[in-house]
Amino acid sequence: MQPTSAAFKQRSRQAIANPVLQKALQNIRPGFQQKRAKAVAQLPEFEALRDEARDLKNHVLAHLDVYLQRFEAKVQESGGQVHWARTAGEACDAVLGICQAAGATLVTKGKSMVAEEIGLNSRLEAAGLTVVETDLGEYIIQLRHEMPSHIIAPALHLTKTEIAAAFMQAHVDLPADRPLDEPRALTDEARLMLRQKFLGAQVGITGANLLIAETGSTVIVTNEGNGDLTQNLPGIHIVVTSIDKVVPTLEDASTILRLLARSATGQEFSAYTTVSTGPKRRGDMDGPDEFHVVLVDNGRSSILGGPTQDVLRCIRCGACMNHCPVYAAVGGHAYGWVVPGPIGAALDPGMIGLEEARHLPHASSFCGRCEEVCPMRIPLPKIMRYWREQTFTRKLDPASARYGIGAWAWLARRPRLYHWTTGLAARTLGLLGGRRRRFKWLPMAGGWTAHRDLPAPEGRTFLAQWRAEEKRRARAGAP
Amino acid sequence: MSEARTAVLGEIRRSLGRPEVDREREAAAAERIAAHPRGLIPARTDLGQEGRVRLFIAMAEQVAATVARVGSMADVPAAVADYLANLNLPPHLKVAPDPLLDAIDWSARPLLEVARGGAAPEDEVGVAAAFAGVAETGTLMLASGPGAPTRLNFLPDTHVVVLRTAGIVGPYEEAWDRLRAMGAMPRTVNMITGPSRTGDIEQQIQLGAHGPRRLHIVLVDTPDA
Ligand code: SF4
Repeated sequence: MQPTSAAFKQRSRQAIANPVLQKALQNIRPGFQQKRAKAVAQLPEFEALRDEARDLKNHVLAHLDVYLQRFEAKVQESGGQVHWARTAGEACDAVLGICQAAGATLVTKGKSMVAEEIGLNSRLEAAGLTVVETDLGEYIIQLRHEMPSHIIAPALHLTKTEIAAAFMQAHVDLPADRPLDEPRALTDEARLMLRQKFLGAQVGITGANLLIAETGSTVIVTNEGNGDLTQNLPGIHIVVTSIDKVVPTLEDASTILRLLARSATGQEFSAYTTVSTGPKRRGDMDGPDEFHVVLVDNGRSSILGGPTQDVLRCIRCGACMNHCPVYAAVGGHAYGWVVPGPIGAALDPGMIGLEEARHLPHASSFCGRCEEVCPMRIPLPKIMRYWREQTFTRKLDPASARYGIGAWAWLARRPRLYHWTTGLAARTLGLLGGRRRRFKWLPMAGGWTAHRDLPAPEGRTFLAQWRAEEKRRARAGAP
Repeated sequence: MSEARTAVLGEIRRSLGRPEVDREREAAAAERIAAHPRGLIPARTDLGQEGRVRLFIAMAEQVAATVARVGSMADVPAAVADYLANLNLPPHLKVAPDPLLDAIDWSARPLLEVARGGAAPEDEVGVAAAFAGVAETGTLMLASGPGAPTRLNFLPDTHVVVLRTAGIVGPYEEAWDRLRAMGAMPRTVNMITGPSRTGDIEQQIQLGAHGPRRLHIVLVDTPDA
């Protein structure tokens, strides 16, 4: 997928001014935060499980080559095939090759962030295939020709009114006066429309939440059941996934599954967790005749072993974005790539390049909520800080910011001069602030004063006030 | 694609600073997989068998499944017929050709129209058997096989699952052990926790997105439980 992350600032401004988006974003608190808090409270072992999952994934990453080979051998043993892909292009080639060899014309797809990452749909469509997204949220954004704005709720940025309009426009065979104002009616209509697709497709593509080395299985976690219809009805099942998803055993998968649904949707467990191993067996009544796993690297192996390796522990639960004040203000599209929010800010520079993604690590107030909720204990703020430093040392930020930071750093290393300068500034601003003690405008602070007044300082810096207070206490004989 | 394979594995090893062939690490991984040690298991399933059965029922009901507990397999037709009648649902069953279900004498409830086999798009009620029920979260475990078509779990609007109380285990890990004891990994293992649902429209939960709109569990007491 072509990233547009470099336009983050401009898109954020548009997002904040978009009333529909702002209304939709209000659903995050009741829809995600409160449900997660409740589900976490019901499991006293939650914190200990986070530690275990972190250690488990660190172990796997340290031996990733070994576990991937074991996974591959087991897939082959059960009659499936593994296709390795260095890049997005190679991954798309592999999928397209399988579809073309089968003479497929209609492909159904379960939600897969890796498929979004590699831009699979446009590649298949360019080759003349019809691709139908079957996850309700993905189906909605496909009708609107948009990209997902959230990794587990792709249509989070929309309200039911926009969704109804998209359905009216797309489903022209249905009566134009049908009532479509409630989520129930919309859900039923999508169910009806997609049933025909499930039954007609020759290839079904899903992602994978986990890969199990022990058995060569792929695991998907869904609530709708679309992923199951996608992988069970067509003759060919292709799993598009990435190398960071492997775990050793079914037990290890269980540890992560205990965290995933709770962190994502606040459920004890998702409705459907499906473990798929190979094609259908002799005597089976249904299931695909072919099973393919496309294992995508696309930059992950280079992140491994480096200062941002911890992002590879991510299980794409979405909790960090659900608890991020920046995400809640601008939504997912502003980030300009498949993975938005705090994990996007930590991951995307390593995947699409720092040049393109340089604004994302700055889109943080460092409140630390993301790290607090991350089930895999990924130190997201620390990784964002790392990228910020890289932006500075690689001279990727604008000159004004560089000189500003450079000048501040020069000053900060000279404490006496620093205190003298800041003291002077505080006194000057204090005097200039006037009776209202606020600035409506200041040179070089337009980014701040365009949206709110800047309070004038009290005339003395904090340190100066502190010293004065110390002296006063000493005189008064206070401890 | 083997060129890509070599390159990806090579880059991983370079990043990790590992040699190409590393028998020691391979053996360690193989050992860990063979031992498949359990991680931390939530204490909520530290219960006797009857406690686990009750926990299973409570957890399943919490996610909008319904549960009918009956005394023996002979009571299953009545439980299914009553459930369908109460909801005014058509009494047309498509029953998986599972040995457990084959033993049921459906003629006890003559109004039930029973067909045996895999799922067709027009089937309204699917009846399947679960090999285990996980008390921890009220999760049914179904394995595909010659008598267990996976489609039956997803195509019909109403999903009825027969589970014996002897199949109820505490945590997932006990279900994996049972699965391993059954032999080679089946093509599909479905872990089912409540009926199909979606929150994709304004984060409001709707049941019956693409899979079954309702899930009814007939829990059969087994003497060996
Ligand atoms: S970084 Fe953590 S919280 Fe965010 S999506 Fe990944 S696992 Fe979830």
